[in-house]
Amino acid sequence: MNTGNWQWDTFFEAFPLILEGLGITLGLTVATYLFALIFGFVWTLLSAVRIKPLRWLFRWIMEFIRSTPPLVQLFFIFFAWPMVPVVGFAMSPFISAIIGLGVHFSTYIGEVYRSGIEAVDKGQWEAARALNFSTGHKWSKIIIPQAIPPTIPMLGNYLIIMFKEIPLASTIGVAGILNLANSYGAANFRYLEPLTIVAILFLVLSYPSAILINKLERKMNRRFDKKEPTGSKSLSEEEKEGAVS
Amino acid sequence: MTESIVSYKDVHKSFGDTEVLTGINLDIKPAEKVAVIGPSGSGKTTIIRMLMTLEEPTSGNIIVDGSNLWHMEKNGQLVPANEKHLRQVRGDIGMVFQHFNLFPHMTILDNCMSAPVHVQKVDKKEAKQLSIEMLEKVGLGDKLDSYPSQLSGGQKQRVAMARALVMRPKVMLFDEVTSALDPELVGEVLEVIRDIAKEGEMAMVLVTHEMEFARDIADRVLFLDNGVIAEQGPPADVLENSTNERLQSFLHRFRS
Ligand SMILES: Nc1ncnc2c1ncn2[C@@H]1O[C@H](COP(=O)(O)OP(=O)(O)O)[C@@H](O)[C@H]1O
Ligand SMILES: [Mg+2]
Repeated sequence: MNTGNWQWDTFFEAFPLILEGLGITLGLTVATYLFALIFGFVWTLLSAVRIKPLRWLFRWIMEFIRSTPPLVQLFFIFFAWPMVPVVGFAMSPFISAIIGLGVHFSTYIGEVYRSGIEAVDKGQWEAARALNFSTGHKWSKIIIPQAIPPTIPMLGNYLIIMFKEIPLASTIGVAGILNLANSYGAANFRYLEPLTIVAILFLVLSYPSAILINKLERKMNRRFDKKEPTGSKSLSEEEKEGAVS
Repeated sequence: MTESIVSYKDVHKSFGDTEVLTGINLDIKPAEKVAVIGPSGSGKTTIIRMLMTLEEPTSGNIIVDGSNLWHMEKNGQLVPANEKHLRQVRGDIGMVFQHFNLFPHMTILDNCMSAPVHVQKVDKKEAKQLSIEMLEKVGLGDKLDSYPSQLSGGQKQRVAMARALVMRPKVMLFDEVTSALDPELVGEVLEVIRDIAKEGEMAMVLVTHEMEFARDIADRVLFLDNGVIAEQGPPADVLENSTNERLQSFLHRFRS
């Protein structure tokens, strides 16, 4: 068994095999992220409920999920949840990974939303009230369009952080790139090249994303220093479009 | 005698342990212009915020056009109002804030249009037409597509007025609407308020430190002090001929 020197043959043989897992890895990333974005909103709502003991309970649960390792949560969902009487049931590795990692990261996303909402000036709420907006319109027309855009860079950061945790899914058998590299390694007794490929793929994907998010962040900062439009479509624009069609 | 459009009946307001308003009784007639003056911290803002439903009175009642604002009837009993009831009654009230509170993510036109469209369900074309007319009236017909950040303080405040006016409230509240402005911009805003006042039919409550302006525009001036209306009457009586010492020393600070 030769473990030391680099072999290009192995590299080129392993590369296409491992690349096949890229779709799964990326698909899992996107699905988990979407799950976290949506479920994060649920946390934002739950941690703002009026009834104090409930609010404390929800915040405590959030804190608990955040301070437990995602790997443990993943194992729990995949191995322990099906054993729970009455409510428990088994899920595929892919679905388990979406839920396990998605719930974990949703607690962070929920905090991001909350910080964005809290940053909206008190006067905006009061103006919405003075103009007699319904609760729904207050949120959809006034608060959310101001609360979310400044948090986009933060949300982007969590996407990258989450992307780097996605290989955890290989531990429950999701056939992503790490899992395939591992199998290749086990079958051929060579780990150097396949794992290098995994590292390269992650670097190639997350480094440009990080740069992109950095740029986005600077752009957002500039925009919000000047308090300029936040990109939501305006009423009169909608109308102009309506008039054209 | 005409019915009041707004009545405060023994309204009290405390923040924590401090009672800021200790029994406000006030009737405002339709189309009446009321100026509220008084030392800083005397509760002027609180009085009108309770009418705008931004603060809830600790006790007492506020009646708006015959409806109890903060209470509603349920099985023959008065219970605290829910949001639905508040929305119904609040529709008669409009407010202009000291710090404008324009929506920064909307154009000037959308700032004015959004409430008519979403709240009053006015047809979009009509709402746009009304908003443009109102913005022209406050002298901003050429700024429709600008964003609030691109305007001066005086212009922002005029947009805020157009935004409130386009809802056609029966009572309009002004909370020191010129005190956040650079001195040279105060005039243009007061001018617009004068125009609105001249049009007549709407009642106006103006918290202000502009004594000259209060004298010109108001039918009645209230002097708020120690949590009560300490003095009230026609502008000349309150601003010139009162014997109330606290009022005199308060007014003294505005004469130079
Ligand atoms: N939300 C609040 N919480 C606590 N105290 C308040 C609040 N709003 C106003 N006050 C207090 O109530 C008093 C009256 O305030 P305000 O109505 O703003 O006075 P004015 O407008 O006459 O200056 C002040 O002492 C102020 O500190
Ligand atoms: Mg005040």
